[in-house]
Amino acid sequence: MSAAAGARPYGSPYLAGFGVGMVLLLAFVVMGRGLGASGGYSSVVATGVAAVAPERAAANPAYAGYLGDGTVHPLKDWVVFELLGVTLGGLLSALVAGRFRVMVERGEGITDRRRLLNALGGGALMGLGAKVARGCTSGQALTGGALLSAGSWLFILAAFGAGYAAAPLFRRQWS
Amino acid sequence: MAASAPAAVLQVAAGVPPAPLYETGAFGHEASLVVALLLGTAFGWFLERGGLGSARKLVGQFYGTDFAVFKVLFTAVVTAMLGLFWLSRAGLVDPYLVYVPRTYVLPQLAGGLVFGVGLVLGGLCPGTSCVAASSGRLDGLALIAGMLLGVLAFDEMYPALAAFMDSTFAGALTLPAWTGLPVGAVVFGVTCVALAGFALAERLEAKP
Repeated sequence: MSAAAGARPYGSPYLAGFGVGMVLLLAFVVMGRGLGASGGYSSVVATGVAAVAPERAAANPAYAGYLGDGTVHPLKDWVVFELLGVTLGGLLSALVAGRFRVMVERGEGITDRRRLLNALGGGALMGLGAKVARGCTSGQALTGGALLSAGSWLFILAAFGAGYAAAPLFRRQWS
Repeated sequence: MAASAPAAVLQVAAGVPPAPLYETGAFGHEASLVVALLLGTAFGWFLERGGLGSARKLVGQFYGTDFAVFKVLFTAVVTAMLGLFWLSRAGLVDPYLVYVPRTYVLPQLAGGLVFGVGLVLGGLCPGTSCVAASSGRLDGLALIAGMLLGVLAFDEMYPALAAFMDSTFAGALTLPAWTGLPVGAVVFGVTCVALAGFALAERLEAKP
């Protein structure tokens, strides 16, 4: 039996969005903060650099901010644990719905290798962009959007605008 | 925990909002990590349900074929926004204890532009790539590796970028504060924009 044959279709995006919204509201009420993602990557990178080159990490405020004062391990961080949860939740939902499948998801027009390189390059651009903007789709668009942060709404407009402007350049890899 | 419950009830009676619970000292750092894991699990579950762990479905947003990104994002924004607005009105949450992302105009404009190009090239965002990876997609793993490289590149360049990063700072500026409109009016406006967007998205998707 192929995995695709047993896979259930995705659920309603409105119901999924309502679920995400309730999780975000719970984060506001319980924690006094929203959800994030890119901050978790920052903690991982800072921890890695501190392990390989501790003096270099200590001298750069971009790392020092995520390393703290040394009393708490830098990976014992709220967003790192939240991202571990996201990974686990995605796995559980995919397993329950029969959607788990090892694959490279790509358009018909490109090879697996090209798709993986594009994902790597897209990830690098997003890593850079999220750091400059101080957040990504989770910390800015979702959290800042719901909290009506002016800068977060600017981020939403800029990211969607650039996405639409760049889309024709990448049409072939998705068709 | 049992001892703190009556105190919280008394606080409501005295007119002091009992939440956010972490900010009002209901539990500590270690327990907050358990909360993070639980909330994250629910977050990932709903992202996968909505199809956002699939790069091809996600980029449909930018080719006019599938507006799941807009629908999930704006339903979530409106849900959390209305929830916090009414819980604050009811005196149950102190909205001033919820951390509002600070506004830095030029960095957020520039970062958003770079991020948007990366989103269409990569097809997943930093959070949904974790869902993609854990549901078996190797392109999700590649995107996570790219994110780590991008963050490392920024961190290494940080000393040169620090002046730009701190420029055009506007504090915890909100849309109501910026426009001078009441919070309720902006909440109503955002809800209307989302509903109009949903109607437009349904029409565009129904197009042959």
